[in-house]
Amino acid sequence: MEQIGGREYKYGFTTEIETETIPKGLSEEVVRLISAKKGEPEWMTERRLKAYRHWLTLEPPTWAHLTIPEIDFQDIIYYAAPRPPKKLGSMDEVDPELKRTFEKLGIPLEEQMALAGVAVDAVMDSVSVKTTFKETLAEKGIVFCSMAEAIRDYPELIRKYLGSVVPHTDNFYAALNAAVFSDGSFCYIPKGVRCPMELSTYFRINAAGTGQFERTLIVADEGAYVSYLEGCTAPQRDENQLHAAVVEIVVERDAEVKYSTVQNWYPGDREGRGGVYNFVTKRGLCRENARLSWTQVETGSAITWKYPSCILAGDNSVGEFYSVAMTNNFQQADTGTKMIHVGRNTRSRIVSKGISAGSSQNSYRGLVRVAKAAEHARNYSQCDSLLIGDRCGAHTFPVIDVRNRTAVVEHEATTSKISEDQLFYCNQRGLTTEDAVGLIVNGYAREVLAKLPMEFAVEAQKLLALQLEGSVG
Amino acid sequence: MLSVKNLHASVDGKEILKGIDLEVKAGEVHAIMGPNGSGKSTLASVLAGNEKFTVTAGSAEFLGRDLLSMPIEERARLGLFLGFQYPVEIPGVTMANFMKLAVNEHRKYRGEEPLTAGQFLKLMREKSAVVELDSKLTSRAVNEGFSGGEKKKNEIFQMAMLDPKLAILDETDSGLDIDALRIVATGVTRLHTPQNATVVITHYQRLLDYIVPDYVHVLYKGRIIHSGDKTLALKLEKEGYDWLINDYREE
Repeated sequence: MEQIGGREYKYGFTTEIETETIPKGLSEEVVRLISAKKGEPEWMTERRLKAYRHWLTLEPPTWAHLTIPEIDFQDIIYYAAPRPPKKLGSMDEVDPELKRTFEKLGIPLEEQMALAGVAVDAVMDSVSVKTTFKETLAEKGIVFCSMAEAIRDYPELIRKYLGSVVPHTDNFYAALNAAVFSDGSFCYIPKGVRCPMELSTYFRINAAGTGQFERTLIVADEGAYVSYLEGCTAPQRDENQLHAAVVEIVVERDAEVKYSTVQNWYPGDREGRGGVYNFVTKRGLCRENARLSWTQVETGSAITWKYPSCILAGDNSVGEFYSVAMTNNFQQADTGTKMIHVGRNTRSRIVSKGISAGSSQNSYRGLVRVAKAAEHARNYSQCDSLLIGDRCGAHTFPVIDVRNRTAVVEHEATTSKISEDQLFYCNQRGLTTEDAVGLIVNGYAREVLAKLPMEFAVEAQKLLALQLEGSVG
Repeated sequence: MLSVKNLHASVDGKEILKGIDLEVKAGEVHAIMGPNGSGKSTLASVLAGNEKFTVTAGSAEFLGRDLLSMPIEERARLGLFLGFQYPVEIPGVTMANFMKLAVNEHRKYRGEEPLTAGQFLKLMREKSAVVELDSKLTSRAVNEGFSGGEKKKNEIFQMAMLDPKLAILDETDSGLDIDALRIVATGVTRLHTPQNATVVITHYQRLLDYIVPDYVHVLYKGRIIHSGDKTLALKLEKEGYDWLINDYREE
């Protein structure tokens, strides 16, 4: 059960595209420059500056079970845009080099997308290059566009909702993101509308040394429904890359949002050099009878710091968190969720499956809070850890804070290893050890993978197996 | 088909097999009997390639190839099947999924195309009938929550799916009630052809009422101390092992 190694990162290549960047470092001037480059209105610039000034008063959080090298925030480029940034009407206008990158990544940006029924807002570095299916969505009144467009075209929605769930005062990285966010996606589903297709965004860090600060805002108005997919890969590179995204979701009364992520940023090499630092703040607010479901498959990044959470403000609202977090080699992950029960009869469910291999460290951190007024709140949490080899670590930090006596809160946890007997059994049926490990791990993660949309689930399964190749000998 | 010569194997420095000789030809059924702790399961494990055991001397040829130098999965693909005494659970992996992978790996090894979903389902229906395996079990996780009898039936079902040249069945009869024993044993018999061979490891003559062996071997303290035909099993059933062991001691 030794020989930790793993196949080289499959998506490790960079694209030769002219990139427009600004000098390294962060200051009020840089914040203004970013805002100006994006042609933002004054109120947006002011918001960014307010966030920046607040950020100056904060220190990076240190409470996670992570060893984070000191990050020099003045050594980061805060803005990069692929040229030309002008609006593109059709695929023919897209840089052929960029198109090839998307093809290598297997992003079905072209005709096959129509067949797959997926609208992709492909983010190459910071500026959205192309948004498709917008017209189909527009017929239903659905808005799905880049954050930059949203600020320009839907200022009233942005002013109302942006920062309403994750304010810039929330934490160090949320403040940083609010100050310098480059682009991202905005999605608005009007009252009573069921989004007819899965909405999908692929992110990709590309320009060397460019931090990526995505900002995503999803608003499902009363009775609306949307399933949103986020997937990302990043090119291989030695220097560390900072990624501090914010995702905010507003789920109004009777609405439902499913948010699925497959995270496959460059994890660093076998010796732990390089890799993306992924500090993400994701949170959703549920009004009455609303339902929010987070599903994540986390396999990438050198460091993951991420807690997709639900504030169950409305009565009878439901929050769900399904997670598979896999770490190999020298990866570190500290991930989990917060379920904040405020409304009456609110329910939440947490299923977390950690997989640790190599010399990696994998932590589940969760908070279940039942506020005083949350009569008859219910939570069920299940946290499982699977260890591969004997040099990795799995940790759980569940916090349960109940202030109402009618609450029912359950927590179950298991830790297991892939046994020699299981491997021998699979080998004896003709499977290689690598295939066997992939199979066992996928079986272990099945409950979570089953929550992903079909095509995504297949991709995630492959990713889990790929990420573990060579980890068991 | 299988030619084992002077096979020695140990675990944690302790020698368990102390010179096994065994010849198995196509079309034959061999039974290996013997008291507890004599090395029967070890022999099965070593032939299948379990890395818990270290081969310290001897050789084993399977279909003309050096068995002991092959990885476990290659032995399997070449046609060696081990029916486990204690089948292992794999949570979350359906039996159907598991078998699909296994069958297609075998096919790939033989240079054949993978089965289509339709072909595979048909094969599974056909083969689960051999051991009267409840078809619902194939959509459940491998051996998870299976009863003792179901687990053993499931082993023979897998044998049927993989169609091995040589099946080594390690105490497939243990823990079975009379009906399950009949079903499992009949299944094994139905799978037997002049082209393949079966080695059954058992404590009891009753299995051999169904699976009639051509040879019966008695394994004791890591050696085959006596071989005979099916009447030997009957004699052992009646008289136990003492007469053989005593003989052996005198040698």
